[in-house]
This record gives sequence, C-alpha cells and structure tokens, in this order.
Amino acid sequence: MNALVQHPLLAVSNLTIGFPDKNGTVKQVTHDVNFTLNAGESLALVGESGSGKTMVGRALLGLLPERAEIVSGTISFEGHDVLSNTPAQWLATRGTGIGMVFQEPMVSLNPAIRIGDQLTEALMRRRSVARDAARLQAIAMLERVRVRDPHGCMKRYPHEFSGGMRQRILLAAVMLLRPRLLIADEPTTALDCVVQKEVLDLMIELTREEGTALIFISHNLALVTAYTEHVLVMQRGAVMETGAVATVLARPSHEYTLKLLEALPRRADTESALSPPSSSAPPIIEVKDVAIDYRVPGLWFRKILARAVHPTSFSVQAGETVAIVGESGSGKTSIAKAILGLAPVAQGQILLNGLPFLGAGHDAMQAARRSVQMVFQDPYSSLDPRMRVDALIGEALRLDKTLSRAQRAQRVAEALEDVGLGEFAGRLVHQLSGGQRQRVAIARALASRPAVIIADEPVSALDVTVQKQILDMLVSLQQRYRFACLLISHDLGVVEQIADRVLVMFRGHIVEEGTRDAVFDNPVHPYTRRLLQAVPELRGNRDDGFKVITRTVPDDIDPSRKYFNAELAGRDMPVLVDVAAPMLTPAHVLTDHRIALEAVQSS
Amino acid sequence: MPSSPKRARRANLVIGAVLVGLLLLIAVVNLVYTPYGPLDVNIHARYAPPSLHHWFGTDEFGRDILSRIMSGAGVSTTVSVCSVLFALLAGTSIGAVCGYAGGWFDRLAAMLIDALMAFPGLLLALGIMTVVGPSKWGVVVALGLAYTPSVSRIARGAALSLRQRDFVVASRTMGNSGAWTLLRHVLPHCVAPLLVFSTSLFGSALLAESALSFLGLGVPAPEPTWGGMLADGRTAIDQAIWVVLFPGAAISLALFGINLFGDGVRDLLDPRMKGGM
Amino acid sequence: MLSYIIKRLSMAVPTVFIVTLLVFGMIRAIPGDPASLMLGDLNDPALLQQMRHSFGLDQSIPAQFVIWVSHLLSGDFGMSIVRHQPVLELIRETFPVTAEIVLAATFLACVIAIPAGLFAAWMQNRRGDLAVVMGSIMLVSIPSFWAGILLIWLFGVKLHLLPTFGYQPFSQAGWASLKYLVLPVIAVTLGEIAVVTRMMRASSIEVLRLEYIAHARAKGLSERRVLLRHTLPNAFGPTLTVIGLVLGHLLAGGAVIETVFTLPGMGRLLVESIYSRDYPVVQGCLLVIALLYVLTNLVVDLLYPIFDPRLKL
Repeated sequence: MNALVQHPLLAVSNLTIGFPDKNGTVKQVTHDVNFTLNAGESLALVGESGSGKTMVGRALLGLLPERAEIVSGTISFEGHDVLSNTPAQWLATRGTGIGMVFQEPMVSLNPAIRIGDQLTEALMRRRSVARDAARLQAIAMLERVRVRDPHGCMKRYPHEFSGGMRQRILLAAVMLLRPRLLIADEPTTALDCVVQKEVLDLMIELTREEGTALIFISHNLALVTAYTEHVLVMQRGAVMETGAVATVLARPSHEYTLKLLEALPRRADTESALSPPSSSAPPIIEVKDVAIDYRVPGLWFRKILARAVHPTSFSVQAGETVAIVGESGSGKTSIAKAILGLAPVAQGQILLNGLPFLGAGHDAMQAARRSVQMVFQDPYSSLDPRMRVDALIGEALRLDKTLSRAQRAQRVAEALEDVGLGEFAGRLVHQLSGGQRQRVAIARALASRPAVIIADEPVSALDVTVQKQILDMLVSLQQRYRFACLLISHDLGVVEQIADRVLVMFRGHIVEEGTRDAVFDNPVHPYTRRLLQAVPELRGNRDDGFKVITRTVPDDIDPSRKYFNAELAGRDMPVLVDVAAPMLTPAHVLTDHRIALEAVQSS
Repeated sequence: MPSSPKRARRANLVIGAVLVGLLLLIAVVNLVYTPYGPLDVNIHARYAPPSLHHWFGTDEFGRDILSRIMSGAGVSTTVSVCSVLFALLAGTSIGAVCGYAGGWFDRLAAMLIDALMAFPGLLLALGIMTVVGPSKWGVVVALGLAYTPSVSRIARGAALSLRQRDFVVASRTMGNSGAWTLLRHVLPHCVAPLLVFSTSLFGSALLAESALSFLGLGVPAPEPTWGGMLADGRTAIDQAIWVVLFPGAAISLALFGINLFGDGVRDLLDPRMKGGM
Repeated sequence: MLSYIIKRLSMAVPTVFIVTLLVFGMIRAIPGDPASLMLGDLNDPALLQQMRHSFGLDQSIPAQFVIWVSHLLSGDFGMSIVRHQPVLELIRETFPVTAEIVLAATFLACVIAIPAGLFAAWMQNRRGDLAVVMGSIMLVSIPSFWAGILLIWLFGVKLHLLPTFGYQPFSQAGWASLKYLVLPVIAVTLGEIAVVTRMMRASSIEVLRLEYIAHARAKGLSERRVLLRHTLPNAFGPTLTVIGLVLGHLLAGGAVIETVFTLPGMGRLLVESIYSRDYPVVQGCLLVIALLYVLTNLVVDLLYPIFDPRLKL
C-alpha cells in the first residue's frame, strides 16, 4: 500500500505468550500471532473472551503481567526488536513511541492528582518541555477533545467528570505525547452508546490528523469495522482471519468469522411464524402514571428527593416482548424494580392481571411476586455461588403451597431441560461459566411459570456467540410458555432482535413508543434518532456477505409536531420545538407521539 | 520462582498451624500432667538456672518455670478463646441484623458502635477490671465486650455489601422473607471475613490478657499467667534472666504462630472469595 | 468539603457524650458508696455528708451525671484521695511524658513503616516482600513489655549504656533527657512498625493493581515516579486511618510501658490509682485518655481529604 515506507511500523511474527502453571507446563494464551502495521494505518483486533487479544496489546508495550512469558516470536517496532528491550529502553518507547488507552474510565485517571498535572507530567519529563509550554499544549489538546472549559478542567480532579469526559481527557493525555502508534483496548465498552460514538469519532479524528497508527482491540466486530481499515480475528489465542475490513465482511473465509458475524444481534431477515399477540386481550401488566423518586445522597438528616421516573404509563400483553431502551440514568431499571415491588413508588398504580399490586395486602403481594420473575444482568452475582443448581431453582418454588414436593422436583427438572442444562442439576454454581449461569437464572425464572419475566440486560455480560444462544432460547421459551417479557437494555442490537414493541426512555421520560420496526425504521424523537445513529447496523448473510452500515434516519421531521424539551438543557441535543406550544405534560407528549407514529405509518 | 511465593505462604500456614496446635496441645496436656506442680514451692531451689531437673529454671519461690508456663498456656488459651467467642456471638448478631435491616435503625446502631470503638480496647478492659476486680472470668467478659464493637462492624460491613448483591435481591423477588434471606443467603457469606478476623482477635486477646495480668489487673495470683510471671520476675533480671526470658518467649511464640496462621487463613480464603463470587 | 467537616464534627458530639457516660457508668458501678470511697479511711460524718451532697448522691443517677459533667466543664476533675492533689493537676504533670513517648513512637514507626510497606508492595511476592512480611509478623508478636524488660536487661544491666528507670523533662536536662526515652520508645515502636507496614503494603498492592498506574507506566514514567507520585498519595489514605489506631493503642498501652520503665506518665498514674483505689484519678485518667483518642481520630478523619480528593467536594 505504501511503497515509500521501507519497513512497516510494527511487525509481529509468531508471537506466542503463555503462563506457566504450578507444574511448569506453559498454558498458551496466544499462539503464533502474525500481523504488520504501516505508519498511519488502523487495525482492529477482534475476539471474544479468552481470545488473547488483550495480551497482544499489553505485550506491545511490555506490560504483560508478572507471570506471563514470551514463549517465542518477535515484535519489531520501527525496526527494533522490543522484546529485547532493557527497562530503560521500554521507558523510552512507552508514551512517546507507543501510547495506550484502557477500558475503565472510572479508574483510568489518578484520583489524587489534578488533571493538569497528569497531562503535563509526561510532556515535561519525556519530551523535556518547559512547564508553561506544557500547560499551553495541554489546554490546546483539551480544546481539541472538546472539553468545555479547558482552563478550569486543568485544575480539577478526575472524579468531577463523567465517564465519557474522562476517556476524552485520557485520549488528550495520551495524544499529547504524539505517539506513532496508539493501542486502544476496549476504550468505550463501559460507556453509553451515544457517548461511545463521540469518543470513538474523536479517537479516529485525532489519530488521522496526527498520522498515528491505531490498533483497536474490541469484542464488538460490528463496532470496529466502522472505524478501522484492517481487521484481525482471534479465537483462543490464534489468528483466524485477517484482511481489509470490507473484504473480510464481504467474503469471510474462516468459519469462526462467519459464526461471529451471524451471532451479532440483528433483526431476523424473515419473520418467523410468531403469532403476534392479539391486542384485544387484556394486558398482563399495566403501568399507570407511575412516578419513582430516589433519595439524593447528602447530609443524612435532610431528605432530598429527586425524580428517577416521571409519571409514566404503558402496558404489556401476554406473549409479547416489550423493550425499554435507554442510557444510564434513564430510569429504565427503576421501573423494573417498581414492578417487582423493590422500589417505592411515589404515585400511580401497577396492575398485574387487572389487579392492583401496590398497596395490596401481604398475601396479594406475595402471589403477585411469584407471577413476576426477573433475570439479572450479572450472572456472576445474581446466583448464590455456594448453592447447587437444583436447590437454587427449587428455591423459587419454595413458597408455592400448591405444589407437592414431587411436583416441585419435576418442575425443576423440566426447567433445566428447557434451558438445555439437564445434566447440571448437581453442579455447584461457582463451577459454571457465564453463559451457563445465565441459563440457570432463566430456568429459575421459568420454574414458577410466571406470567411476566423481566430481563434486565440479560446478555450484556456475555460473549457475542453465547449471547445469540441465550436470546434464541429466550424467544423459543416465550413461544412455548407465552409469558410476557419486559426487556431492559441499552444494547440496541439485542432489542432489535427480540423485541415486539419498544419504549425509549430518557431521563425518566418515555420519549418514544412503538413497534420495533416503526421505531427502528422511522424514529421520530430527536433522542431516538441520535441513539440509532450511534449504533452501526449489520446487514447481510453468509451467502451474500455482510455489510456494516450506519443507520440512516429519514431527514424530514414534520415541524408541526411538538417535542418534549424540558430537562434537555445542559446537554447539547438537537431539539425541535414548536415555539407557540406551552410546556407539555409528559402524558400529553406521549399521546402526541403515538399519534405521530401512527400518522407516519399510515401515510 | 513463580511458585515459591505460594509455597512460602503455604509454609507459613503450616508453621502457624503447628505452633497453634502446640499451644492448644500444651493447654490441654497441662490439665493432666506437668513436670512439677505449678504452685509447688521449693525454697531449696530458688532462682535455679535451667538444668536437667528444671528445663527452664525456677523462680523466686523455687517453682518450676516450665510447669508454670504450661499452666499459663491453659489460662491464656481459655481466656482468649472464650472472649473471642463472646465477641463473635454478640458482635455478629448485632452487626448482621443492623447491616441487613438498614434504615434509621442501622444508622443509630452504627453511631453507638462507633462511639464504643472510641475507647481503645485495653482501656475499656482496664476500666471494666477496675469495677470487677481481678478475676479470670472478669477478663473474659471485659475483653469480650471490648472486642464486640469491632466484630459487629465487620459483620455489618459484610451484610451491607451483600444486601446489594443481585442474588440477595433475587431471593426477595422470589417472595422470601427478609429473615429467611438473612439466614440462608447473607450470613453464610459473612463467615469468611469473620473467620479471618477472629484469628487476629485471638492474638489480640492473648496479648491483652498477658498485659492485664502483667499489671496485676488480669487473672489474679496464685494462678500462673505468662504476664504475671513477667511481672514477678522483672525485679530479678540481674540475677535470673530466665525467669522473664521463657514466659516472654512463650507469649511471642504463641502470637507468632497465631499471626502466621491467621495470615495463611486470610490468603487461603481471599482469592477463593474473589473467584467464587 | 465543608459538609464533610460539619458531618464529621457533628458525629464527634454523640461520641464524646457516650464516652463520658461510659466512664461515669464504670466508676459508678464500683460497689460501695462513692463518697465514703473518696474519703477512704477518714471518719468524719459531717464531711461525709457534705461530700455526698456535693456529688448529688442524694439525687437520681442522671442528676449525678449532670453534676459531674458540670464539674468537669468548670475544670474540676475532683481530688485525689491518696495524693491530696487536684486530679487535673496530676494529669497535667504526667501528660507530657506520655505524649513524648506516643508521638516519638508514632513518628519513628511511620518513618520506617511507610517506605517498607511501599517497597514490599512493589516487590510483591518476591524475596524483598517476603522478608518484610515475615519481619512484620515477627515484630508484632513481641509484646512491648517483654521487649522493654529485655532491653533494660541488655542496655541497662549488662551494658550499662542507658538508664533503665526514671525520667527528666526536656526543660531540665535538654537533649540528655532523651536517653530516658530511647528504650521505652523502641519497645513500643517495634509492634507498631509492623501494624503500619502491613496496612501500607496492603493498600499499595491495591493501588498498584489499578489502571491509572498501568497508564502512568504506559506513558513511560520511571518506576520511581510511578511509586512516589502516583502510588503513595493514593495508598496513604487508609494508612492514615491505621496511624490513628496506632496512636490510640499507644495511649492505652502507655499504662504498661510506663510501668516497666517506671516513667511518671499518665498510664502509670492510672494503674497506680487503680491499685490504690484512688477513683477520682482513675476516672480522670480514663476520661482524658479516651477523649484524646477521640480527638486523634477526628484529626485523622479531617486530614483524610488531603489524600483522597474525592472527599473534597
């Protein structure tokens, strides 16, 4: 590609890294990894957990864990073999030669040191820049990463900024040293999708401007393909496939890449024979004008309440999957908790099967609780690790007096069969993998034959291939048992795959509601549009090849529509307002939106 | 090299366990056998240096030091174990219930416990012994009360953090009552940190009992205690250093073993806790 | 920051109240009539009556508590039965000795333990670390009173290098007065070095594991800078709390070490007063030592935000 360059910027050949165990045998985490990178090029390193991609990244900077050893292979940076580096040579390469951005924005900056000092210290020490010049450069860089008040930011501490801002500041700190190669290891995984897009766009912009080569390590194949030129797919330490992004997507040559691509959540191309729930039947859950407040942590003797969820209404039918989508702080988890009776409701009522749930007597509450079950997000903390699998599932049936002991055992066995873990009854939870644990969690939810299952980010902690299995299983179980499913998620791909209807929440308000196709194809509210544009969409199949595209949303927005605009101040959002309209109450707005959507669909 | 820290730590645990085992063994054996009676006076053998007859020598009354040390082991062990059990029972019940219940009840209790902890342990024990007067069971109660606040703090901390864990929340969503969830899900997970803490408490209790006995405010004479032997012998260090050397060494060795063992237990439980949860 | 200070100060109030209550309760719980206990062997019915009235013994116990507290606030800690001196005066005389030992020991312990803990964490699981850990365990197992006695034997009896009892204040003997403090300070410092080292090591290990340390290294900063500028400030916070505990430990343990070295400090005053049933002095010492401990913890908590800016807001 670049005939002028004598040798590539980075050449990794036959890199094998391993960890010796207590017997001395070396367990390999990467095996014969090969790739090259020229100056200014970008490469994505993609793989699921255990693929070894992070180890490769760390090896490039000499930051492997203590116990790891390089079994064989070479890493050549700018023509020099870095594996033979002395500590002093590593100090010289790091930062100015190769820079790195890590995953966790919450601990990526030192909480005890001011931002200004953290930005300038490397400049001063590594590039021998004088203090004042360093400060000026730092401020200029902060402006480039679009920090709102660069001068003030320099004096502040990291904890005063949100996760997205911290990642931007981190980018600034790393790029200040103008490294020739930037390694980004899952830099945005912990961030909300809109913020994610902003940070990634910024990262690409900066690296392109400076001519910095980029290695982008991620588990998300759809995401990276929008940002890099080349891709390398790894599985269990070995390289499965490598090449230009467009080529690999259009014609994946390795089975694993195909598997990864097919596992990415997206809408089914052909509508399976899902009998749509009849809208004439009474809804299983009805949420009526429910508002939820929470206590603001402050002086402990003064009670300050903030509103997590503004008066909200919606309903769910039997056999249907309703997804509540939103970023952190949108209130989606609070609603789920309220339906479970775990969060105090400030006003409104929740009806289960037509019967009011809040304020009902203890027995009614208990009975209602059994008909609503929950699958939690983190399979590692939602199951008591010390319990046996069958005991754990059986616990859900403990309080059901209508079942005899034999019937209970029967139910547990059936539930395990349903999730494909028939042989696992005697195992202990801490022996299971993440995917298996989540299956147990689903089995536990199913055992009491609930009318509703609330799934709170059920697959976000899992690898993408495992995700697909769990989601498919959830859908088929729903077809069989006809439970209503309330899905809480920030992952639009997952929502797109299994939801029938979608509610979009922002800061405690439902800003848009409609069928999945309507919301995804024709989003009306500016927030929904922003959200959808931040998440790339995967299209295609095994035979025709795949393509990752940024969603396009139709440009025309009817200016006569009224949009909810309160509380959007302070966050730069495109908002259309009918200037003649007074401030609307959310209920009003909701009605407007439903009408607006129906009008759009019928036109 | 990579395997040696693990080996070193395991060696610690083993050595610690051996020493603690030895302590307990002597404490039990002393009930049936000691070379001489610990209270037997023998004026002909006053301040006898260590010899074949008296391995550790004799004190100012001709009493065999080895026997007295063995007897002291019994006293120290009994007092320490009992006071730790007292603190564990009282502290865990208070702490776990408060931490799990939460709300104003918990905050009030936390305030009270913090205020109690504002008393250095030894001081509180001294104060109680002033009221009660030197006595063996007085020491048990005094130390038990002194350690209860710190145990309850640990139990409360564990219960508070467990309360947020999804599997505890899940238990409630299944309809289980608070009490059932507390017993079945929360308490079993409090065991590990409490176990680790109680090994270090055992060491503290042993040291505190020795200090109190040294001051004459702990277990009273004529019952032999290691601290008491140190107090008795210190006037004679110019002529008979063995009278203070061996009792002090006994305390040090016992503490050394307990500390090693406690460290080993902590290392054993912690990584497993992280992996298991 | 201000709200943190106010919150912390307001938490100190109930603590002080409960501590005072406890001390009152303990002494009051001693069997016998307090007034006749105070008078000891003196047999004067009129004086007895007067004393009973001044203590409010004819009134309810809560009233007695209030009377006692009001006496305290006006500086009247009572009168020593044995020495016939005001308790406050006795405490004032003996406090400097205790303070010198406590402060010197704490300072010495920190100077040794903080670098040792940081070093051990940096060398985690290698020989240096194992040596430090083993050394700490050994040191913490040696009771301070035994160490004191052995030091007396070694330096006093055998080598005749240092004095083994007694005390001279700085104002009298200047630097020479320090020789009285050397042995006691060494005896108590040994165990406390271990305590601070363990905490420093543990919190340094925690910090070294965190991402911002990896970032600092990735920027190409030297290990020395990473340790001193990035690790130490973050690791020191929890250690500060432990130092507060160490101070309390030393304050209470003063009773023991001052007895061993026959030093005229508050601890020995307390112990001797317990022997001689000089309850006003016992009460005064218990109260002062406990309140000093509350004060040190308060100071430690107020210093904490310096090391953890998250609290500054």
